[in-house]
Amino acid sequence: MAKHKVMSGNYAVAYGAALSRVELISAYPITPQTSVVEKLSEMIETGGLNAKLVRVESEHSALAACIGGASAGARTFTATSSHGLLYMNEMVFWAGYGRLPVVMAVITRSIAPPWGIWSEHTDLLAQRDTGWVTMMVQSNQEALDSIIQAYAIAEDEDVMLPVMVGLDAFTVSHTSVPVELPSQEEVDRFLPRGADHSYLLDFARPKTMGNLAYPEWNMEFRYLLEKAMKNAERKIITVDKKFSSEFGRTYGGSVEHYRMEDAKYAVVVVGAPAGEAKDAVDLLRKRGIDAGVVRVRVIRPFPKVALRSSLAGLKGVAVLDRDISPGLGGILFSELTSALYGVKRPPAVRGFIAGLGGREIKVEDIIYTVESLVTSVEEGPADNEWLDVKKELLP
Amino acid sequence: MILKIRDLPNEEYWLEGNPACHGCPAAIGLRMALKALGPRTVMVVPAGCVTIIQGSYPKTSAGVPLMNIAFAAASSAASGVAAALDFKGIKDVNVLVWAGDGATSDIGMASISGAAERNADIIYVCYDNEAYMNTGVQRSSSTPIGAWTTTTVTGKVEPKKDLPSIMMMHRVPYVATASVAYPLDFIEKIQKAAKMRGFKYIHLHSPCPPGWKFPSEKTIEVGRLAVQTGSWITFEVENGVFKLSNPSLPFVNKGRRRSLDLYLKAQGRFARMTPEEKAKFEGAIEENWTMVENYIKISKVYTPR
Amino acid sequence: MTKIAAVPLSVPSLGSAGETGHWRTERPILEESKCINCLFCWMYCPEGSIHKGEKVVWIDYRFCKGCGICMNECPTKAITMVKEE
Repeated sequence: MAKHKVMSGNYAVAYGAALSRVELISAYPITPQTSVVEKLSEMIETGGLNAKLVRVESEHSALAACIGGASAGARTFTATSSHGLLYMNEMVFWAGYGRLPVVMAVITRSIAPPWGIWSEHTDLLAQRDTGWVTMMVQSNQEALDSIIQAYAIAEDEDVMLPVMVGLDAFTVSHTSVPVELPSQEEVDRFLPRGADHSYLLDFARPKTMGNLAYPEWNMEFRYLLEKAMKNAERKIITVDKKFSSEFGRTYGGSVEHYRMEDAKYAVVVVGAPAGEAKDAVDLLRKRGIDAGVVRVRVIRPFPKVALRSSLAGLKGVAVLDRDISPGLGGILFSELTSALYGVKRPPAVRGFIAGLGGREIKVEDIIYTVESLVTSVEEGPADNEWLDVKKELLP
Repeated sequence: MILKIRDLPNEEYWLEGNPACHGCPAAIGLRMALKALGPRTVMVVPAGCVTIIQGSYPKTSAGVPLMNIAFAAASSAASGVAAALDFKGIKDVNVLVWAGDGATSDIGMASISGAAERNADIIYVCYDNEAYMNTGVQRSSSTPIGAWTTTTVTGKVEPKKDLPSIMMMHRVPYVATASVAYPLDFIEKIQKAAKMRGFKYIHLHSPCPPGWKFPSEKTIEVGRLAVQTGSWITFEVENGVFKLSNPSLPFVNKGRRRSLDLYLKAQGRFARMTPEEKAKFEGAIEENWTMVENYIKISKVYTPR
Repeated sequence: MTKIAAVPLSVPSLGSAGETGHWRTERPILEESKCINCLFCWMYCPEGSIHKGEKVVWIDYRFCKGCGICMNECPTKAITMVKEE
């Protein structure tokens, strides 16, 4: 019997992990992740959550502890943000390449210098080469639900990849809204505890994990990892469908559509700014522009097929990047245009950099991105356009 | 009860034909440690010589389950393994970190300090060959003063970092120093550690033939000279109570210590040691023995966490 | 033909570096009459290539690297190092 509770995105993440019967948590505090772990500590110490909490001295150690625990067959969880994620980057690769089903929440936050605590997606996207299934949510409800889905995806025998679930700093992490809490019984039915394949506790047939592999062996491990990502593409969809039938909520698998059925223009966006994008689309529709939103929910495996299907035949696509890869531009823009290469009837695609360092992404700016496509759809600018840059501040 | 060689089990848990150098002390240490602990042992090994001494995929020379992990992360990964075992209610498995001086004293310093402060239920053996040997003999903070390495070509100017004291000051249940030259003492210490709960640290002095520049047959002899000259002191601190170990008992008496030159001249890495560096080396030995004498006097050095 | 699995897991094997006996430039030869079976060499051998026998030890030359520790530590000088041909 589901109940509703007003809670922040961070608390929703904590509830998601708790309902997933997480067994080992290890994390290090960083704004704005702290309340995730604080909630989990409270749940363990006073709330009856049966899990071990390893209160490590750094994020690198947090993920290392999860890697150790997962190798010994425990269901593990960690959470971090920005510099914490960067600090653990070595271990992020280790979990991916080591095929360990760790689940991690990333509260996306800009990177220093200068220091900033507000949302930007560069930290999450900088991990896109690490072999993790990577998702970005729009809402508190989706945060809770995606953590539960993450374990189902990660622990699938054909996947065996870690999963990171991103949520925007403050907009999602610290804003409290009513969230539907599934019951423990419902989650237990959806997420049974899989068989324990941990090699580390097999004393009858001891194995060594990860010793030196010469070039004649090394490449095939990566091939298998890539194959697992392909399996993950399918698994993400089946998990979302199963979740939908059991809990009544769906997020479209890898890609969520808003008013795309008859759209001629699309705004492609990741995370919480999809909210502003949906508002912009509603206003555009009132002005007679048939626009819709394509929210990229899963960044890895990159939903090439779904995006080609969503965007082919459209007149124009505006891609919002709340991230920057200096020297390239928007990461999502770059990956999307690459995915569209060779598609029949490709849309015009324009890239926009917006909201870096937590700057508010205004609805008017998003309206502008679509209108710019409407007025000059033939032109395809080479560079991304920066939205809301204060030119008066520049020397 | 003094352990005898004949008491040692026959089973080998570190297999022959591995890539260790001729005369490698780490290989000796591994054989001994795993005989002490037995098959229900999980090893966590950070980057270092012992990474390579496992051999290459699809073979391993490790006869117990072993997880390799990145350089700085052994203590944390082991903390995770121990926590998982605790969650599962498995109480009869040893978690053994086997890490070099570089992984312990330098890149993994934060990690081991954290694990010790949390009193993680692991046995941590630092096999100290006093440099980054696996990458070709670069200096570590555990390299002694005056020693040649590829990055201290005219001799290291800083003294050796005192890891055992650092671990003592974390007030963990067990801290010990040992040497591959005294394997029975080492084995007794590991077995004692295995019976205790919490963080147990054993620092294993490991003379390295290629890195210290001595012929491969002298590994044990050099290790013995370290103890006999008083430059390596074997002791244990069990639940905060200090005890000098048998191999070092005779050498509390300064007059009984053999001439330091025997130890230094046996190793090519000290060939260009300056008189000043040697004086500092000797001074450090004196200071260490003064500390030891004081610890013997007070007996209880700390209350363990 | 070994097939790889998703996770790189290796299996315990003798000779993970091959037949390391090939590394030798000299081999330890035991003079059995001098051996008092103290087992020091058995204990100190980095390889574990010295094995307990009925009355005295024996050396497995497949993997012995010829480091000479056994020779150096033997209290009765029962072991000598002899150049390999």
